[in-house]
Amino acid sequence: MNIGLEHYLVVSAFLFALGLAGVIVRRNLLVIYMSLELMLNAANLALVAFSRFTNNLDGQVFVFFVITVAAAEVAVGLALIVAVYRKRRTTHVEDLRTLKL
Amino acid sequence: MEAILFYLFAFLTLVFGFLVIANPFSRNPVTSAMFLVLTIVSLAGLFVLLHAFFLAVIQVLVYAGAVMVLFLFVIMLLDLGAEERRKMKILAIVGGMTSAGAILIMFLRSLLSAPLGATDSPTVEGGTLDLGRLLFTQYVLPFEIVSVLLLVAMVGVVLLSKKDLK
Repeated sequence: MNIGLEHYLVVSAFLFALGLAGVIVRRNLLVIYMSLELMLNAANLALVAFSRFTNNLDGQVFVFFVITVAAAEVAVGLALIVAVYRKRRTTHVEDLRTLKL
Repeated sequence: MEAILFYLFAFLTLVFGFLVIANPFSRNPVTSAMFLVLTIVSLAGLFVLLHAFFLAVIQVLVYAGAVMVLFLFVIMLLDLGAEERRKMKILAIVGGMTSAGAILIMFLRSLLSAPLGATDSPTVEGGTLDLGRLLFTQYVLPFEIVSVLLLVAMVGVVLLSKKDLK
């Protein structure tokens, strides 16, 4: 059987749903961050698949930018997590319920 | 052959992705990080099947290399043990599963009904030459903006990780 665009998009949809479930269910800030990465990767997979099956390279350039921005986002986010941990000694989201540090 | 490889990599991606968010044996963030590495490597395999060779390499170098090292470094820095067993709120799990399932059904239904416009004979190759040419001609402005973004992120991280954060 030939593998078409639909196959890749179904994998991408399942991966995105997994990431969303992880963000909602898990309570550790770091694991929530990893689930966010899963969702970004699912979007990347959909973009690359569309790029391949519409004979247009623009999608892959977009994925390149998404990867770069995701790297910057991870760096800033992890720095924020470290800053929160210094103040509160926890990375559990249910212990972080006040707005003021 | 291609079909077998696709199903193999897709299966591995989804299984490892599941183990990132819900590992039945360990709640340790380090295990999640390791399974995220495996997910990303299998995704790179899918990228190779899609002839996006440059992006597959970037995926392994940047994600599995740099980003995951950053994650593991922070886990080490924070000295987290296994996440202690807390009572999981049943409402959170039900809500999470419902919303994830709802968005999945939404995706799949729109996939079934929308015309995708896919060609039967894909010829595009994501090699370094073609991608680089596109990146330095048509997309040169976004490329420069991304470099500024990376600089801003670096400055922000240095500022955030200062000892006496005001």
